Amino acid sequence: MISIWFFIGLSLLVNGALILSAGIYQLVNPPENPGVVFFNLHANVWWGAILFVVGLTYCLIFRPRRA
Amino acid sequence: MSPLAMYVTERLVRLSGVDYVIVAFYFALVLAIGWYLKGRANTGEDFFMAGREMTAWVAGLSFLSANLGALELMGWAGSAYQYGILATHWYWIGAIPAMLFLALVMMPFYYISKTHSVPGYLKLRFGEPSRALSAISFAFMTVLMSGVNMFAMAKVMQIVLGWDINFSIWVSSLTVAIYVSLGGLRSAIFNEVLQFFLIWAGALLVPILGLYEAGGWGNLKIQIAQRASEQYVHLWSGLGHFTTNPMGIHWTGIVFGLGAVLSMGYWTTDFLVVQRILAAKDIRSAEIAPIIGAGFKMAVPLIVILPGLLGLAVLPVKLVPESVAAVTGGHSYNDVLPLMLARYCGPGLLGLGITALIAGFMSGMAGNVSAFTTVWTYDIYRPLINSKGTDRHYVNMGRWTTIVGVLISVGTAYLVMQFASIMDYVQALFSFFIAPLFGTVLLGMLWKRASGPGGFWGLLCGTLSSISMWAWVKVDPSALRYVALSPHAKALAQDMYQALWSFIVCVIVTVVVSLATKPKPYAELTGLVYGLTPVPSVGNIPFYEKPIFWAGVVIVVFVILNIIFW
Repeated sequence: MISIWFFIGLSLLVNGALILSAGIYQLVNPPENPGVVFFNLHANVWWGAILFVVGLTYCLIFRPRRA
Repeated sequence: MSPLAMYVTERLVRLSGVDYVIVAFYFALVLAIGWYLKGRANTGEDFFMAGREMTAWVAGLSFLSANLGALELMGWAGSAYQYGILATHWYWIGAIPAMLFLALVMMPFYYISKTHSVPGYLKLRFGEPSRALSAISFAFMTVLMSGVNMFAMAKVMQIVLGWDINFSIWVSSLTVAIYVSLGGLRSAIFNEVLQFFLIWAGALLVPILGLYEAGGWGNLKIQIAQRASEQYVHLWSGLGHFTTNPMGIHWTGIVFGLGAVLSMGYWTTDFLVVQRILAAKDIRSAEIAPIIGAGFKMAVPLIVILPGLLGLAVLPVKLVPESVAAVTGGHSYNDVLPLMLARYCGPGLLGLGITALIAGFMSGMAGNVSAFTTVWTYDIYRPLINSKGTDRHYVNMGRWTTIVGVLISVGTAYLVMQFASIMDYVQALFSFFIAPLFGTVLLGMLWKRASGPGGFWGLLCGTLSSISMWAWVKVDPSALRYVALSPHAKALAQDMYQALWSFIVCVIVTVVVSLATKPKPYAELTGLVYGLTPVPSVGNIPFYEKPIFWAGVVIVVFVILNIIFW
């Protein structure tokens, strides 16, 4: 049976990748009006990266294996 | 106009393409989990009790998550903006002692009796009338509450994202109906644990960036004192009198009404949360799961209360009560969390924050529906309608009940849409049963002399007394001075005292009727009552693996936190 923790990892991995990608896009193409406080901190880059790494770790540790 | 835009009107926040992809991925993942687990829900034990094979971590996080709904998050963030740090009492004294009490005192009896539900325990301890009263009231109120929450959440989605109410109601309810009817309780639990992680991943940035903007906790306290009052950042120091704190409550209401009765009733007898623990794989897991839940519960104010306090300090607009916002078009207290999300979260992060809110709502609904399904099938249908069905028959009944339960919830949501005042009545009704039920279960577990008639009449009289007090204040608001001991009491304070009095009525009636009637023979109480039940040992394990050790750690942290924020 696939572990619940694998599904958690998959969710964090995909969400982290999407958020990191959006952050890098904004880093390369800064919007004229960012619309958020502390845009200069680029939270979506580092937060997306953290989620990606945690998700990847969970996916690797709890990946489905043959019995 | 795109198809999605047809369902979008005015909104508080604006999602980008990547945000919509994150929301869509969440829906796809929960449906995939339900589909994957459908082959593992073929027997009654699998479908209704998740095979009783959950680890302590999964049961503990699911136990906490079933209570961590979106309305809970937004509502308590709004309460923190309105009442200050006092709202934290509902997470600390209003939860931690009760969770530890469940773990160390009550869970052994629930677990040893191998009951499927809390009404099932009442059947074993007090007989069929008590079970019928408890099961019917629980089943009825659970689907109504689910519908009320569904409407409230659809309303939030309309205000925050501009989504059409019908779209929100049907998409979310059909998704829940599919994954719970396919995978049963196991599917609901898996998704609750997923939701727990999404909530933290989606909401934790708000306090981090908020404290950075406010200049740390010290500066935040100064700003709140300037914009509101110094009492907004003290947990206990203003509770010596009803008029010296923003909530209009006295410390006795918090300690005895909330801490000793209302929270005990909710965390130890509400089957919605207790069902998650009953799915644990062994007694040690069942005892340690609520302790894990308690540990994380203490941290939840970080992502709920702190954003509300930060909103007081950093938001440029002043938030107002819902009734005022409806007239003036301004933002209400309940908007504080979405406003803070929009303040700090750019593309992607905003989608994750909104997904956390949607996930919170859906797992709350799945919790209601799975608890309703179990109580209906095992405590109403099987004993009262068809006691000769096969296990497969009851599983099929569970699947269909899930769908019917969701449809009743949808019907309730539309009823609330037509008659908004129903929402207040349903929410009040739910609270009527909690405190008396705690009195009945507590006496049942701890007092051998409590008899079947005593349990039934105590539960009934406690519930009726709660309804009477509520109706009295509704008809004559000045009665608040008697029910809540002060004319200055706010609604939350009234709930605390109402719970306290109805618990006392339940206990007195149970004791008096029990002493006047014949008790059950002790032989029939083995496995159900303290003193007649050998509680199995958790085994010969190191001290740091024992539930009592971790309960002690949680209590120490709990005391330290209360002193720090005194």
